[in-house]
Amino acid sequence: MVTANTELGYNSKVEGGVIVSRADAAINWIRTNSMWPMPMGLACCAIELMAVGGARFDIARFGAEVMRFSPRQADVMIVAGTVTYKMAPQVRRIYDQMASPKWVIAMGACASSGGMYRSYATLQGVDRIVPVDVYVSGCPPRPEALLDALMKLQSQVRREPSARRLLSA
Amino acid sequence: MSADLVSTLQARFPRLAPRPSADHPAVNAPLEDLVPLLRCLRDEHGFDLLTDVTAIDWAPGASPRFTVVYHLLSTTRAGAYVRVAAPCAGPEEAPVAPTVTGLWAGADWHERECYDLMGVRFEGHPDLRRILMWDGYPYHPLRKDFPLAGIETELPAEDVAAETGARVVAAPMAGGPFVASAGEINLTEAEPRAKDESWSDRAPQPGHTPLRQVKE
Repeated sequence: MVTANTELGYNSKVEGGVIVSRADAAINWIRTNSMWPMPMGLACCAIELMAVGGARFDIARFGAEVMRFSPRQADVMIVAGTVTYKMAPQVRRIYDQMASPKWVIAMGACASSGGMYRSYATLQGVDRIVPVDVYVSGCPPRPEALLDALMKLQSQVRREPSARRLLSA
Repeated sequence: MSADLVSTLQARFPRLAPRPSADHPAVNAPLEDLVPLLRCLRDEHGFDLLTDVTAIDWAPGASPRFTVVYHLLSTTRAGAYVRVAAPCAGPEEAPVAPTVTGLWAGADWHERECYDLMGVRFEGHPDLRRILMWDGYPYHPLRKDFPLAGIETELPAEDVAAETGARVVAAPMAGGPFVASAGEINLTEAEPRAKDESWSDRAPQPGHTPLRQVKE
């Protein structure tokens, strides 16, 4: 006798302690909800970055409050400020020292494009030396804009084929 | 007070000339008198603080091409401030001036900055290295013949340059530098940003390809 299945979703009586899911979903769920930022604060954008870490905007709501000043422990580098040519090699080296998987947010006009500093001393966009995942406009951006960038990065990470990359690595 | 100071100094250093100045007294001095003059100002006139050391580039071909300017302030006499200018010696491309680090220890970094950006060599300086640009940068960027956009050179670090292919390139000025034009009443048109038509969605940044990431 066939009865209609009225039980939707996970039923612990039927399935016990096992949840079936895609590996990508599980891996990306873990990754997106604890992205530890590397605060690459180079100019005034860093002040807004600090505000994002404070109580009013509270980046902890998105699991990214653990600012790590060691690149070895960081997942996402937030380049907040003007990158000069003198500083550029150091930014790249810190990026190289971060463990994969790693992402980069270019925060503000200067990090994204050189901003108003069109001069001999300023790198015209940090994407010339590190691959950027999310650009944030603004001079400086409001804290909400950085939170939005983090959420955009999270939705981008959710779509990544993480299991395939792990197996092929 | 200003006339008093200049005439008092002229009595002791006959080659001094008053320098046109809108506010504080200023003098032109020959380079040989510079250090004795500054020592006299510090010890006998109370100018105990050297607030700045700068240089003027009078354009390529001018003679003298470079003039160093010292700004002195007195912390004991209210409002006392004086500027001393002296033409540099040496060839046009490598001007020379004596160091005053023996008089004010704080002259050290001022002179390093002046050397870095204008290329004035301060003889006797204990540690004349660049202070803002990186070691090995081949130009002095505040000289009149250096373009604001910069000149293409290598990045300071060879390993990073090899890995990323990045170079120090001339910044795209797109007709700039942008300054508000005088006499225009319409602020939307007078403002600098109204004239900048580069780097839009339709016209991408010239010569620019962002690095693509290879994950894991």
